[in-house]
Amino acid sequence: MRSKRPGEGLTIESTDDPHPLARNRVRATSPFQGEVTSPIGKTRMFEIFGIPSQALFGQLLIGLINGSFYALLSLGLAVIFGMLNIINFTHGAQYMMGAFVAYFLLQWAGINYWAALVIAPILVGFTGIIVERLFLQWLYKLDHLYGLLLTFGLALVIEGVFRNYFGSSGLPYRIPDALQGGQNLGFMFLPNYRAWVVVFSLAVCLATWFVIERTRLGAYLRAATENPTLVRAFGINVPRMITLTYGFGVALAALAGVMAAPIYNVSPQMGSHLIIVVFAVVVIGGMGSIMGAIVTGFGLGLIEGLTKVFFPEASNTVIFIIMAIVLIIRPAGLFGRRV
Amino acid sequence: MTDAALETLLLVEDLQAWYGESHVLHGVTFDVRSGEVVTLLGRNGAGKTTTLKAVMGIIGTRTGSVRYEGRELIGLASNQIARAGLAFCPEERGIFASLDVEENLLLPPEVRPGGLTTAQVFELFPNLKERLRSQGTKLSGGEQQMLAIGRILRTGARLVLLDEPTEGLAPVIIQQIGRTIHMLKSRGFTILLVEQNFRFASTVADRYYVMEHGRIVDGFANAELERNVEKLHDYLGV
Repeated sequence: MRSKRPGEGLTIESTDDPHPLARNRVRATSPFQGEVTSPIGKTRMFEIFGIPSQALFGQLLIGLINGSFYALLSLGLAVIFGMLNIINFTHGAQYMMGAFVAYFLLQWAGINYWAALVIAPILVGFTGIIVERLFLQWLYKLDHLYGLLLTFGLALVIEGVFRNYFGSSGLPYRIPDALQGGQNLGFMFLPNYRAWVVVFSLAVCLATWFVIERTRLGAYLRAATENPTLVRAFGINVPRMITLTYGFGVALAALAGVMAAPIYNVSPQMGSHLIIVVFAVVVIGGMGSIMGAIVTGFGLGLIEGLTKVFFPEASNTVIFIIMAIVLIIRPAGLFGRRV
Repeated sequence: MTDAALETLLLVEDLQAWYGESHVLHGVTFDVRSGEVVTLLGRNGAGKTTTLKAVMGIIGTRTGSVRYEGRELIGLASNQIARAGLAFCPEERGIFASLDVEENLLLPPEVRPGGLTTAQVFELFPNLKERLRSQGTKLSGGEQQMLAIGRILRTGARLVLLDEPTEGLAPVIIQQIGRTIHMLKSRGFTILLVEQNFRFASTVADRYYVMEHGRIVDGFANAELERNVEKLHDYLGV
């Protein structure tokens, strides 16, 4: 286990996955041919561009899963950056806190996954509100660098505290009973929990987009992003809106954390490993664009998955290569508005 | 024109304001009575816009007294001042690019009952109705000004602060804005206007205050305008 990058963690570390293929790394050079028997049934193997279908679709699924987390996290970052002008480097730690809260709720209070999906984002979002009131509110008028340093330092502190108490080996979190098992789609095996993560995070992303782009509340947010002074002079309590926006962005990170808990181990470093890729995603998509964050998140997850099939050596770096190219061609990002 | 029986709606006394280190208002004192159109005149940099912003609470530091309906506003945040019943239309119009025309129009929340309905705003500015789905900043300058005025008339605010509403606009649109101000006055709105365009101001104003170097240096009613024209040319340097 040389790395804990999310895509690989998926195939290697998963404990509850009933499918035997999921425990092996399926490579482009996979020797599998013909039929494979899984506990659920038989899946037919065929080849696409010389790649076994299981390998291709399996990696595409992993790509979609990673893309779900990229999208949820970069969406939160985009919302926070838009309103607060702060690059929230604590985002990874807040994602990790979401996973830990879900773990605590289950271990100590017997509160299940479904309740944790609601409770953990609220609790972690509340810590975000405290952070905003205590620290961030003093930084809005300063250079981006100060916000970045503060949130980065905070992430290190939070991670250090969790590592101190829970070590770095990671804690298991069971897939909820209702989502155990999977579907045999014929060309591939689809674990139910993974399908749920993709569908649910897509739904959350689209709901967030809808609220911001199509509702009255969203109009306040967009207007306040552009000209907070004037929006405030219309009688809207902009500082409170900013605080709640940060709380919401943090809650999104925590929600992603809860969803990640059954897939990756719950560990103090889970956020810092993911967040570096997520920042690359945000740079590619363009800071502050909501749909851009969602599309880029899922898209890059898929590209990463495909790279794992066709050129595995580059799978860890492909996102950063794309980032470098995008920065050269469109410095504001693919969906970024030049202001 | 001015009626002594009218009650004072806005009373500004010894208002001082700073942009960072620089002291821009040095004790501004004036009043606006209910139902009046009062115009602040003065050269560029005299402090007219700053006065509006200081009343509205969107300038860093200010001292003195701003009373609206007898209530002290000086310690309040601008969102609370808006809720007291004041509305501000900035010089740069402040149309939001990320909102379409309808969203821009519906953005300011209702602070009191009794504002114009959306239908009445469209009656005033029919152009807006045809462009509801356009991006706010895609409108022409005149339409943007109509949108900027129209949206604050819905809120129920009784005192409207207009900062140079005619700046850079074609004569036909200036006339339309003039008619709008007369209509608002007839509906009982009170208007505090900042204008460089003295000829336009003279068609709508009940009273004038002249500002120089962050102070009010003169004030007279529209009826006394003829007598004061010489002096005014001196003040404004025209």
